[in-house]
Amino acid sequence: MKSSTELEINSVKHKVEADPSTSLLEVIRQELGLTGTKYGCGEGQCGACTVLLGGQPTRSCITTLGEAVGLPITTIEGLEKNGRLHPLQQAFLDKAALQCGYCVSGMIMSAAGLLASNPTPSEAQIVEHMSGNICRCGGYPRMVAAIKEAAEAMEGQK
Amino acid sequence: MISAEQHPIELSRRKLLKVLGSGLLVAAFVPEGLANLIDQRRGPQLPQVVSAWIHVGTDGKVTVLTGKVEVGQNARTSLTQAAAEELHISPESVRVIMGDTDLVPYDMGTFGSMTTPNMVPQIRRAAASAREALVDIASKKWGVDGKTLRVENGHVIGQKGSASFGELASGKAISAPIDAAVALTPATDWKVLGTSLPKIDAREFVTGKHVYSSDVRIPGMLHGKVLRAPSYGAKLKSIDTSKAKAMSGVHVVEEGEFIAVAAPTSHQAQQAIYAIKAEWTPAEQPSSKDIFKLLRGNEQTPAPQMPADVPQIGDTYTCAYIAHVPLEPRAAVAEWKGSKVTIQTGTQRPFGVRPEVATALGIPEADVRVLVPDTGSGYGGKHSGETAIEAARIAKAVGKAVSVVWTRQEEFSFAYFRPAGVDQIYSAVKKDGTLVTWECDNYNSGPPGIETPYDVESPRVQSHPSHSPLRQGSYRCLGATFNNFARETHMDRLAHEIGMDSLEFRLKNLQKMPRLQAVLKAAAERFGWATTKAPAGHGYGLACGTDKGGYIATFVEVAVDTDTKAIRVVRAVNTFECGAILNPDHLRNQIEGGVLMGLGGALFEAIEFENGRILNNRLSRYRVPRFSDVPKLETILLDRKDLPSAGAGEAPIMAIAPAIGNAVFAATNVRLKSMPLRLPT
Repeated sequence: MKSSTELEINSVKHKVEADPSTSLLEVIRQELGLTGTKYGCGEGQCGACTVLLGGQPTRSCITTLGEAVGLPITTIEGLEKNGRLHPLQQAFLDKAALQCGYCVSGMIMSAAGLLASNPTPSEAQIVEHMSGNICRCGGYPRMVAAIKEAAEAMEGQK
Repeated sequence: MISAEQHPIELSRRKLLKVLGSGLLVAAFVPEGLANLIDQRRGPQLPQVVSAWIHVGTDGKVTVLTGKVEVGQNARTSLTQAAAEELHISPESVRVIMGDTDLVPYDMGTFGSMTTPNMVPQIRRAAASAREALVDIASKKWGVDGKTLRVENGHVIGQKGSASFGELASGKAISAPIDAAVALTPATDWKVLGTSLPKIDAREFVTGKHVYSSDVRIPGMLHGKVLRAPSYGAKLKSIDTSKAKAMSGVHVVEEGEFIAVAAPTSHQAQQAIYAIKAEWTPAEQPSSKDIFKLLRGNEQTPAPQMPADVPQIGDTYTCAYIAHVPLEPRAAVAEWKGSKVTIQTGTQRPFGVRPEVATALGIPEADVRVLVPDTGSGYGGKHSGETAIEAARIAKAVGKAVSVVWTRQEEFSFAYFRPAGVDQIYSAVKKDGTLVTWECDNYNSGPPGIETPYDVESPRVQSHPSHSPLRQGSYRCLGATFNNFARETHMDRLAHEIGMDSLEFRLKNLQKMPRLQAVLKAAAERFGWATTKAPAGHGYGLACGTDKGGYIATFVEVAVDTDTKAIRVVRAVNTFECGAILNPDHLRNQIEGGVLMGLGGALFEAIEFENGRILNNRLSRYRVPRFSDVPKLETILLDRKDLPSAGAGEAPIMAIAPAIGNAVFAATNVRLKSMPLRLPT
């Protein structure tokens, strides 16, 4: 049954009329039109749907709308500030860490979650954290390099 | 005879000028068309086969129109480079319109590594002709010899001044014929081609703004879902859709066995599917446990008998069905306007999907427009138009635009697979490494790559089709990956039989393949094949292969876990050569991507099925390569500016599996003959 819920996404509050058992992914994409967050598997295995929920990287395809209420959400659309790319977005461009690009939103959001809790991750820590995200084009080595570059850039800004 | 006025090329020329505005328009032709055009100068007949158009607008902007599509291989980028190179303009002035069946000329599809060897030269030739036409206009305008003019930065420049492409192209519409003899810039002088131009529109992708087919939203659009049979071949016995029909906002479509719903959200559509009560009569279906017996048992051509007096080393190799798992599943949005339907869908064959939809809906092809937004990958898995047909049918029935996006389970169950296969190899080799017999019979997975590159008198290879129990189709490198696995594993075995180093054995038998020799030698040196030894529990292995003009050598070090027998690739050195390199960084990306995708088929991936169901139709049950599987990867590019450029999307995948298998043998003395490679525990 539909009910009215308030969600805070990318610092903007939205009223959503939807069944609380709807996946957060479907709400973000279909109710709010933020299609940067992708569907890949529907069972939290590929990471394409990753968003930050209360700052934590979260698989939005297996998170219900009900579970997301009251926690701020950041999606890929929320990273660019005043036309300036987030260091992770810039690093993915610099390292050409994308081919078809479909996994990239989820990759960047997962990495953003990592750098928020561990600003200077080792290569092994990056690999471990990112192993829940799938890139079928095989961009993994470039993505590791991009995440390292972004971590250094963000440390440099402090 | 058809008059020039009514000729399809003339009609598309007019249509394009209407869409793009006036300016200079040049058609690129497939090589046969080129011959026709030369004849045409002597007669009135127009060339038949346009493969692409190039338009120079009055603002100086250049538009390339091609039926190729972008699925992550960065064809949009290399085609931009091709046009910019020959027109002597910056890539920013070039826009490429891809895969829109209403605007671009017919193209068979984006597969078989054909964009680089076929489309790139055609675009270059058309762009060079456009450049010469602009020079011609300037020379007439200034009354000077065209040879005294030069082209720079979107301008034609002479002693009497300079004019921009836009100025020269303005006025009435001009069509310039392509000049077959036009000079193309040699690779050694390339300024745009041969450089690592970044992916076009890359910023759109890292910001989430790029609209894939699955992201397309049209006002009033509904989300469609199709009721699936629980198993292959099951027949619908009874159906009750009353509960679904009673749900608010839900439309139910019932057309024979095609039962579908449409609703404002995919969640509601899924709830409606759950609410449908359907009874099915299952059909008898085979199981993956018996697959190789089945494929070998029902081949349509009988296997030839070997003469008994030939000294033989025979082996049988097998390969499981695997799925492409494009991260963006099949998706399509269909919108009807009157009798015409426009479909945005992720496919590698927009001109293949158009007749599929027309036939399924019983409408003329001209009433179907297919557009392909840059797509979330394909790997040979998106040749067909399932979602396009489904979206068009549901949209027609409900009278609204409809989006159909397959779930991962649907993608695993109702798309098609890389074929399972069996290879039987018989061979004989002398102690000095001379191959005297080579015979290979393939069952089901197909002939690509079955021809051996090694020197042997009268090899016999044959591919035998089987009745595949699963739907099968194209895949990156097709059957060549498995045929190469069988051959390269067998070659390794032969080298061990006669006690010869497996690199030396290959080089000795590749006298007619200097390009394969070159990649092997370069990779061996970087790897340290002759100078280092694998540590205990580790093994070194190598393999090579060639497909579609690409040459790959892969050297790996593997580690085998003594308890679990798990195979881990520690290091992989890949050398690749495909002629003159168009874009080094994107080439590297294709090689790394092919090798890493190949890790999946080598080590993990196998479709399991029983009673007409795919048992591992989800990513939690079907393992694909992840970050933690990536070895230390070294990629060496050999740039042959003296040779025509070939594609790189396919060949790099073909050597990793046999290289790993051969390394596992070196580490354990166990010869693995099946893909995926699994050591007995």
